[in-house]
Amino acid sequence: MVEPATPETVLRLTGITKRFGAVTANDAVSFALQKGEVIALLGENGAGKTTLMNILFGQYTADEGTVEIFGRQMPPGHPRAALDAGVGMVHQHFTLAGNLTVWENIVLGAQPLGALSLNASAARDKVRALAARFHLKVDPDARVGRLTVGERQRVEILKALYRDARILILDEPTAVLTPQETDALFATLREAIGLGLSIVFISHKLHEVMAISDRVLVLRHGRLVAERATAQTTRHELAALMVGAEVTVPEVAQASPGAPLLSLRRVSTPDSGTAPGLQAVTMTLCAGQITGLAGVSGNGQAALSDLVSGLIAPTSGEMDLAGAPVRGWSPRTALAQGVARIPEDRHKTGTIADFDLTENAILESYASRFSRRGWMDWSGARRFAERLIATYDVRCPGPDIRVRLLSGGNMQKLILGRVLESGARIILANQPVRGLDIGAVSYVHGRLTAARDAGAAVLLISEDLDEITRLSDVIHVISEGRLSPPFARGTMQPQELGIWMSGQRFDEAGHAA
Amino acid sequence: MDLFDILLSASFWAATIRIASPLIFATLGELICERAGVLNLGIEGIMVAGAFAGWVAVLNGLPLWGGVAVAMAVGMALGAVHSVLSVPFGLSQHVVGVGLTLLASALTFYTYRVMLPEVSSPPKIAAFQPYEVPLLSDLPFFGQALFSQTPLTYAAFVLAGLVALVLYRTPLGLAVRAAGESPAAVAAQGLSVTAIRMGAVIVGSGFMAVGGAFLTMSAFDSFFFEMVNGRGWICIALVVFGAWKPGKALLGALLFAAFDALQIRLQQTPMGALVPYQVFLMLPYALSILALVVMSRRAEVPAALMVPFNKGER
Repeated sequence: MVEPATPETVLRLTGITKRFGAVTANDAVSFALQKGEVIALLGENGAGKTTLMNILFGQYTADEGTVEIFGRQMPPGHPRAALDAGVGMVHQHFTLAGNLTVWENIVLGAQPLGALSLNASAARDKVRALAARFHLKVDPDARVGRLTVGERQRVEILKALYRDARILILDEPTAVLTPQETDALFATLREAIGLGLSIVFISHKLHEVMAISDRVLVLRHGRLVAERATAQTTRHELAALMVGAEVTVPEVAQASPGAPLLSLRRVSTPDSGTAPGLQAVTMTLCAGQITGLAGVSGNGQAALSDLVSGLIAPTSGEMDLAGAPVRGWSPRTALAQGVARIPEDRHKTGTIADFDLTENAILESYASRFSRRGWMDWSGARRFAERLIATYDVRCPGPDIRVRLLSGGNMQKLILGRVLESGARIILANQPVRGLDIGAVSYVHGRLTAARDAGAAVLLISEDLDEITRLSDVIHVISEGRLSPPFARGTMQPQELGIWMSGQRFDEAGHAA
Repeated sequence: MDLFDILLSASFWAATIRIASPLIFATLGELICERAGVLNLGIEGIMVAGAFAGWVAVLNGLPLWGGVAVAMAVGMALGAVHSVLSVPFGLSQHVVGVGLTLLASALTFYTYRVMLPEVSSPPKIAAFQPYEVPLLSDLPFFGQALFSQTPLTYAAFVLAGLVALVLYRTPLGLAVRAAGESPAAVAAQGLSVTAIRMGAVIVGSGFMAVGGAFLTMSAFDSFFFEMVNGRGWICIALVVFGAWKPGKALLGALLFAAFDALQIRLQQTPMGALVPYQVFLMLPYALSILALVVMSRRAEVPAALMVPFNKGER
C-alpha cells in the first residue's frame, strides 16, 4: 500500500459517544478517513457500527464528540448538512420508494422543493452517464418496486453519486448480494476510489474486508478496539479481534445418509411475477443429509422453498413424502408431516414483530402443542420459550419482550430453536445466516449439522457459495427454475458450480438432449 | 327511448359536470393527503365548514372570490389541526379524521346559530353565475354541455391538471409521492417527512373546503344543514377508484355525477311513477360500488398510507 505523499483528511470523528438509555452504543470513538482510502468498519452485530454511521450522517445526534467533513464541523442531527458536505450513505435497509422510477428516486431531494420542473431529461441523462462510468447497469425508467435487490443497491449508490458524494458510506452492502453482484460492486468501488472518492465500508464478512479495504477498524461493544493496515493483518487475527476471543470454524464431517424423506419427480410449479417457477425438477431429500441449493437469487429458489413449505402445490410431476404420494399439500399438512422452516425473511415471514418471544416461539405449534380443549396453555408456552432462550442462547431480557427489539442474530436463534424443537424430520433452511455475524453463523451452522446427524433431512438454500460447499453433503444448482443433477460433497469446484449457476451447462445439456 | 333521449341532451351533460365539480375539488384534496401518506377522514366536516364559511363571508359583504378564499383558509386551518395530530403526534388517522368531521360539523352549526339566531330560512347570496366561454359556448351541443358553467367549475378542471402537473413534474410532487410510499427514503435525502405530510394535509384540506363552498356559492345560493350529505365519503371512495391518480379520479367524479344526473332525470320518466324514488336515489351509490369493484382491484395503494413516521425508529 503506497501512502499518498500528502494525505488529505476528508473525514474526522472525534470522541463520539452515543447512549440509548442504559446501553452505550458508541463509546468515545475517534478515527479519520483520508482521500482515496477505504476504511472497513468491522464488528459483530450490535457492536455499534450502524449507530456510528448514522451519527456521521446526521440521522442520530451524538451525546458527545464531533464530526468534521472536509475540515468543517457538522451540526448534529442534520442529514442535509452531511449530504451537502459530500457524504453519501447506502443504508443496509434501502431507502427507496417502490412506486417511483429509478431516476425519480435518484433526484428525490436533489432539487429544491420550490423548483417548477423536474427537468427529467437532464436527470435521466446524468443518471445514464453515471451508470455507464461506474458500470452500474440499471434502467433509469424502471419502477424500483420491480427491481431485484442487487439492482436496488445500484440505485442507492447512484443516488449518492448523483449528488456528487465524495465520501461513500456503505452499510453491510454485500449482505443481500450474490457473489457475482458483490464482485461487480467491488469493481464499482475501485472505480470510485480511482476518481478520488473515499469509502467507509461496514461489514462483518472478513474476506470482503480483506479484499476491498486499506485499513480496518474493529468495533466491539461500541468501542474501537483495534486498527490494522489490511496488508499487515490476517482474517484470523481480525476474527479474533472482532469477537474478543479465538474463533474456530467447525469442520463438517461426512454424513451417512438414510432413507429418502421427500422426493420430487419432474415437478413443475407456475411462475410468480418475475420469479420463475420450477421446471420438471427432480430431487430427493434424505434423512441425515444436508442438501444444498446453490444459485443466483431469483432463479426458482422461492418456488422450491414455497413448494417444500406447502405454500404452493405442484402443477405437474410427483411428490412423495417418506415413500407415500402427497395429497392436499398445504402449510398445515407440511407442518403436520414434520416439515419445519427457517424462512428467508425472518422479519416478514419468520416472526411477528410486535408479538412477544413466547408467542413467536409457539407460532407453528400453538394449536397442537400448547392448547388444551381450545384454551391456550400459556404457562406451558412460556416455559417452552424460556427453554428456547436458554438452549439456543437467545440474548434478551426475557420471554415477554417484543421480538422487534431483538437483534437479527437473536431473532434467528429463536426461529432456529422453534424449528429444531418441533421434532421436524425435514428442515428447510432458506438463507439461514444472511446478515448474521461470525459467532451467530457458526452457531447456526453447528446446530444444523447436529440436526442432520440426529437424522433430519436439511434443505439449505443460500446465495453464499462458501456456505453451500462447506455444509452440504449433496449440492444442486438452480437456474431459471431448472435443477442440476446432484453433486456429492467435494466433487465440484466453485468455478464449475458458477458455470452451472450461469445457466450455461443447462443449455448445453438441453442441446445434447 | 327515454334513456337515450336523456343521454343525448346537452342539459344532462351540463348537469353532470356541475354535479362533479365539488367532488373534483374534494377528491383532489383527499388525493394529495393520501399520496403523502395521510388518510383525511375529516373531509366531510371540512366540506361542511367550507360550505358555510364561503357563504357567510359573502353574506357579510365579501366578493364571491373572497368567499372562496375564506372557505379555503378555514379548510386549511382545520387541515392544520388534523396534520398536527396525525403527523408529528402520529395519532390514529381514523380517530383524528372522524373526530375532525364531527368537530367541524358541530362548530359550523353552532356558528350558524350564533351568527343568525333569528332566521327560520337562511338568507340567499348572489351566487356565481354561468360564464359563457366566448366562441366555444356557441358550439352546437358542446357549447351548452361544457362551456356555460360557473367559474368555479372551470377552476375544478384546471385544478385537476395543476395537481397532476405538480405531482408528476415537480420536485415537490416527487417528495409528496415518496412520503406516502417510503418516508425513510425522504428522510434519508435530508427532507422533512413531517413538513411534507403536514403541508399536503393542509393544502388538501383547503381544496376540500372549496369543494364544500361550491355547494353554497355555485350550485346553490344558500346554506342549509345536511347540504354536503355524504359527498366527502364519496370522495374517499373516488380516490381509491382513481387509483390515487388525479386524471382517473377526475373521471371517477364525472362518472358518479353522471349517475346522479341520470337518476334525477329517470325519476321524471314514466318509469319514475312505477318505481319508488328511493331506488333512483340509490342508483349512483350502487353503480359506484360496482365501478369501484371493477376498477380498483389492482390499484397500488401508497405503501405508507396511514403509517406514522418517527425519525430514528427501526
